[in-house]
Amino acid sequence: MDWSLLITQLLNGLQLGLLLFLLASGLTLIFGIMDFINLSHGSFYMIGAYFCGTVVAYTGSFLLGILFGLVGVFIVGALVEWFIARKLYREDHLDHVLVTFGLILIFDTLVHLLWGAEGMAIPLPDVLNGQITIGELVLPTYRMLIIGCGLLVAALLYVLVVRTRLGMLIRAGASNRTMVEALGVNINRLFLIVFALGAAMAGFAGMLIAPITEASIGMGNDIIIVAFVVVIVGGIGSVKGAFYAALILGMLDTLSRSYLDLVLQLLMPVTYAETAAPALSAMLIYILMAAVLAFRPQGLFPPAGAK
Amino acid sequence: MAWLPGAVSTRIYAVLLLVLGVAPFVLQAMDQPFYLDLLSRGLIFAIAVVSLNLILGYGGMVSLGHAAYIGIGAYSVGIASYYDYYNGWLHLALALGTSALFALITGAISLRTKGVYFIMITMAFSQMVFFIFLSLEEYGADDGLVIYARSEFPEWISMDSAIGLYYWIFAILLLALFFIHRLINARFGRVIVGARFNEQRMQALGFDTYRYRLVCYVLSAMLCSLAGMLLGNFAGFISPDMMSWARSGELIFMVIIGGAATLFGPLVGTIAFVLLEEFLSAITVYWHLIFGVLLVALVLYGKGGIHGWLRLLDRREGEHGG
Repeated sequence: MDWSLLITQLLNGLQLGLLLFLLASGLTLIFGIMDFINLSHGSFYMIGAYFCGTVVAYTGSFLLGILFGLVGVFIVGALVEWFIARKLYREDHLDHVLVTFGLILIFDTLVHLLWGAEGMAIPLPDVLNGQITIGELVLPTYRMLIIGCGLLVAALLYVLVVRTRLGMLIRAGASNRTMVEALGVNINRLFLIVFALGAAMAGFAGMLIAPITEASIGMGNDIIIVAFVVVIVGGIGSVKGAFYAALILGMLDTLSRSYLDLVLQLLMPVTYAETAAPALSAMLIYILMAAVLAFRPQGLFPPAGAK
Repeated sequence: MAWLPGAVSTRIYAVLLLVLGVAPFVLQAMDQPFYLDLLSRGLIFAIAVVSLNLILGYGGMVSLGHAAYIGIGAYSVGIASYYDYYNGWLHLALALGTSALFALITGAISLRTKGVYFIMITMAFSQMVFFIFLSLEEYGADDGLVIYARSEFPEWISMDSAIGLYYWIFAILLLALFFIHRLINARFGRVIVGARFNEQRMQALGFDTYRYRLVCYVLSAMLCSLAGMLLGNFAGFISPDMMSWARSGELIFMVIIGGAATLFGPLVGTIAFVLLEEFLSAITVYWHLIFGVLLVALVLYGKGGIHGWLRLLDRREGEHGG
C-alpha cells in the first residue's frame, strides 16, 4: 500500500470536510433557528469567490481579497435576509424552496452579467504556491492553508457559540425559538446576524477553493446539496453535528473514490468492482443520509433540547 | 365565450384542450415544425408536472426529486434500445416497472419522514439515481446516450412521425388528467387530500395514511416515468442532466406557476413555463434573471398561480350575474 498516497487522500478528505463545514455551519443555523431552507446558500459560496477574485485582480493582494470578500458577502447575506428571507419564515417550506431556487437563478445570472460566462482564475501569491516537504511527503502549501483556515474558523465559531452572549442566543434559538422570542430577545436582529454570518462563512469557503478550481457560475449548486446532506446527518441546528458530519462525509467521499474499488475487489471479480466502485462511491453519502433519516431522523448530533 | 357552458376558467381549459387537439394539423398546414416540437416538449413536461402535482399539490408531499422518474423512464428506452430491443410495449413495461419499484422502495423510506426531511430525502434519492447514471460509462456517463430509433408500436399508433408522437403525448396527457380527476374525487383521493390538511384526523377516522400516501407516491412516479419514456423518444438523446436537482426544482416551479392542487393548473403552468423559456431565451441570454425575479414575485405576491387568477375571473363574472 502506498502510504504517502493514503496520507494525501486523508488530507484531501479533511480539506473537503472543512469546506463542507464552512458551508454547512451557516446552513444548519439558518435551518435550525429560522426554520428556513436556503437552497441559494451555495450562491454565497460563488459570490464570495467572485468578490475575492475581483479585489485580487485590482490590488494583487490575496489577503485584501479575502477581507473585502468577507465584508461583501456579509452585506449580500444581510440584504437577502432583510428583503426576502424575513418575509418567508412563517410561510411553508415549499415557498422557501421556490424563492431560494429563484434566487439561485438571479444570482447566477447577475454573476454572468457582471463577470461574464467565463470562469475567473484567482492567482495565488508565491508564498502559498509552494510545497511543504515532510520526510518523503510533499504537500502543497495552499491546501495546508485551507485546512488551517477551516480549523481556525471552526474554533472561532465554537468560541462564538459556546462562550458569548450571541452564541447563547443562537443555541437557545436552535433549541426553542418561541421561548427566545417570549423572553424579549430582539429576534429580528438575531436572525439577521445569523443569516449574514452564515453567508460570510459560505463565501469564505468559496474564496478558499477558488484559487484551486477557479470561480465559475453555479459552482455552489452542487456542493450545497452535499452541505444539506451534512446538515441532515449532523442534526438540523447543531454546529457540532455539522462539524463531525462534514468531516465524516468529506473523508467518506474522498476515500471511497480512491479505495472503494480495492475493497470491492475482495468481494467480486475485478471488472465488476471497477464498474461498481465509481457508482457506489458517488452514492455513498446519499445512502448514509437516507439511512440516517430513516433510522435517526433527528440526526447524529441534534442540538440539546431540540424537538 | 358565452357560447360554452360553465365558469370562465372551465371554458378556457376546454378551448385549450381543443386547440391542443388540432394544433399538429394547423401547424403542419402552416409548415411550422419548430412549434410542433416546442408543443410536444411542453406537453411531455406537462405529464411530469401533472404527476408531480398529484403528490405535491393534492398530497402535500413536496418532492424535490421528481426528475429522477423522468430519467428512469428515459433510460428505460435508452438502455433497452442500446441492446437493440426496440419493442415499444417492452419500453413501456420497463419504464412503469422500474419506476414503480424504485418509488416503492424509496417512498417507503421517505414517507416515514415529514416536512423538510421529506424534501431532503427525496432530493437525496434522486441525486443517487443521477450519480449512478453519471458514473455508468457503459451508457455514456455524462456524455449521455443517443437513441437511434423510436419505440416500435403497431403501424396505426406508430411514434415515428412527429404528429404520431404528438398524439401519443397528447393521449397520455389526457389519460393522466382523467385518471387524476377520477382518483382525487374517489375515496382514495379524499383520504390523500384530507391527510394533507389534517393527518391525525384522517388517522383517527381509521385510515392508514402512510399506506395511502405510498400508493399515491408510486402512482405519481409511474406517471412521471411515462413522460421520461416519451422524452427519450422525442429527443433521441438522454443524459443524466435531465434528472439533476435543478430539473426537479423546475418541475415544482411549473406546478406553482399554474396552481397546485388543481386539475388543469399544472398543464397551463407548464405551457406558460415552456413558452416563457423559449421566448425569453430568444430575446436575451440573461433570461434566467427574469425567471428568477418572476419566481420570487410569484411566491411573495401571486398566490394561486394562473389557475388562481382565472378563478378571479370566474368570481368577477359571478358578481355581474354573468
